[in-house]
Amino acid sequence: MIRFLCLGLWRDRSRSLFPLLTVVIGVMLTVVMFSWIKGFTENFLGTSARLGSGHVAVMSRAYAGERDQLPNDLALTGVQGLLERLHRDFPSFAWTPRIRFAGLLDVPDEKGETRAQGPVGGLAVDLFSPGSPEPAILDLEPTLVGGALPAGRGEVLLAHELASRLGLAPGASVTLIAGTMFGGMATANLTVAGTFRFGAPAMDRGMILMDVADARAVLDMDDAAGEIAGFFHSGFYDRRAAEAAAARFNARFASSQDPFAPRMDTLITLSGMGQFLGYMDTILGAIVAVFLATMFIVLWNTGLMGNIRRYGEIGVRLAMGETKGRVYRSLIGEAAIIGLAGSLIGTVLGLALAFYVQAHGLDFGNIMKNASLLMTTRFHTHVTAAAYVIGFIPGLAATVLGAATAGRAIYKRQTSRLLKELEA
Amino acid sequence: MADELLIRTEELVKVFPMGRSEVRALNRVSLDFRAGEFAGLVGPSGSGKTTFLNVVGSLDAPTSGSAEVLGRRIEGLSHREAADLRNRSIGFIFQTFNLLPVYTAYENVEFPLLLLRVPAAQRRRMVMDALEWVGLADRSRSRPAQLSGGESQRVAIARAVVKRPPLLLADEPTANLDAENSHHILRTMAALNRELGTTFLFATHDEKVIAYLHRKITLVDGRVERDEPLTPAAGRETGP
Ligand SMILES: Nc1ncnc2c1ncn2[C@@H]1O[C@H](COP(=O)(O)OP(=O)(O)OP(=O)(O)O)[C@@H](O)[C@H]1O
Ligand SMILES: [Mg+2]
Repeated sequence: MIRFLCLGLWRDRSRSLFPLLTVVIGVMLTVVMFSWIKGFTENFLGTSARLGSGHVAVMSRAYAGERDQLPNDLALTGVQGLLERLHRDFPSFAWTPRIRFAGLLDVPDEKGETRAQGPVGGLAVDLFSPGSPEPAILDLEPTLVGGALPAGRGEVLLAHELASRLGLAPGASVTLIAGTMFGGMATANLTVAGTFRFGAPAMDRGMILMDVADARAVLDMDDAAGEIAGFFHSGFYDRRAAEAAAARFNARFASSQDPFAPRMDTLITLSGMGQFLGYMDTILGAIVAVFLATMFIVLWNTGLMGNIRRYGEIGVRLAMGETKGRVYRSLIGEAAIIGLAGSLIGTVLGLALAFYVQAHGLDFGNIMKNASLLMTTRFHTHVTAAAYVIGFIPGLAATVLGAATAGRAIYKRQTSRLLKELEA
Repeated sequence: MADELLIRTEELVKVFPMGRSEVRALNRVSLDFRAGEFAGLVGPSGSGKTTFLNVVGSLDAPTSGSAEVLGRRIEGLSHREAADLRNRSIGFIFQTFNLLPVYTAYENVEFPLLLLRVPAAQRRRMVMDALEWVGLADRSRSRPAQLSGGESQRVAIARAVVKRPPLLLADEPTANLDAENSHHILRTMAALNRELGTTFLFATHDEKVIAYLHRKITLVDGRVERDEPLTPAAGRETGP
């Protein structure tokens, strides 16, 4: 009997094609959409961790409270000891100190007079200590636009746009003017080793990237750091593990009143995007629900129209002694075959597209010029295991439900009426 | 066996609601049919012929009265039991052939056997036999759209008789056919009646059909007006 159903579907393609297309398109869009949102979240989390404060970050309570003002006077001290304890107690993370600061970059001419000047944001990371995880995390090599990576003390990288704006080429000397940890003024002469472009507007507009030891020397931050960033060794943010680590760490200092006591926060709270990411999940659920509902309604109506066209056939089959239940089940069987085929094709096409965009990405540089979120402008989808079923199951369910709803009309009609329809 | 009572209706009434009023399609129809008959209901349009066939064929329930078909009381059958009775014992032939358009002649004839779960080898033999009876064994792979009206109706007959039902109900089987094709299928049905003992009950206006009948029942306004035996026209002998 399955053979009969398949034959019927194959030969009467006008009947099966439209529902099939509906399912294929719906499932494909669901898969692509899902992978897109996953990719978006991934991009945001990954970029925020890499260029921001890691998957988790330890700061002093006071610093954490005013973090966006880069209050280095409130930075952690005794960082070496704290690092050792973190390595020991939280071995699933790679721990590394980072310092952020704001300053002024001054470009002197041959006579030492100011030729150009501009504000910069600074990020200092551990580039040179043996065993530092930063080179792997930041992965600077591919971001270089000109010059080379810093090879020694006093060498820095500049955002390529900033360097161009100030007329700087690799090898140029610049003077950094910034405030020390204790409120004094500091100047340092640095050499531009190279220029970078991360593809994240927030980074690329005006950043200077330097070694943490240089920053400490300039800012008078011996054994201090604004934050100690922790990165999962896996490279991926694990929300639950991050929250557990933070809770365990903070419990130790729960009774302390010291505003300089360290505290651990997670990427989600630091970025203030927890709610946003929660919305994303809701949106994802809503998208799947909308596709499911749309497919269901379309397939239901297609089923209704198809059945009206087939009342004659159904009448004859009933006259031949098929029960209504059996006819009904065969309609659902046909739908299941279409749903299965459509969901399969839709999932394959959706995954193909998602994998393509995962590999090549789409660049939104033009519309994201002024974005201050730490995200790269090239977006990739991210195909997760869930993408294999997220469209498939709703696609199949919508087809079967649509046919089941439409087919109920059979029960509402008298057998003799069904036969009459075809004589009219 | 030949005199066995196959159908008995007593005071059969079928009323259809019609807006505020109602239509009395069958009005106390009492008729008996014996196994092997080749009988026809005639009468003007709207006289209740189709309704009678539908009730006897368990496609429609009577409003009152009783109908006993092959030992089963139609009015007491559940959906499932009615389907089972049709499946095993009754073949239908319609004015509009009603072949399933996406299936070949062979598959159309095979369909009732699939419902009866006849094993594949036996099924094949029965289908080919039935197609041979109607003279279409060589068109078994054709789809309905590729068949003429006469050929389509012959396939429909093969489909109705393939399971060798004791009772065959034919509602205006010749209405869409020309004279030559009408005679062809009538000869086929007469032969089936003779050789297999299948009971035929027709609803028709067609003089060509009436010429083959052994018994003619005239309905007017849902009532039996006349019930008369006929001597079938030349060239034809029917049982019993
Ligand atoms: N499902 C129905 N609902 C309402 N009225 C019906 C229904 N079926 C039949 N009727 C009415 O019952 C009466 C008998 O109809 P029936 O179809 O049995 O006539 P018939 O003798 O077969 O006519 P014809 O020769 O035109 O086929 C007619 O008046 C018809 O309008
Ligand atoms: Mg009629």
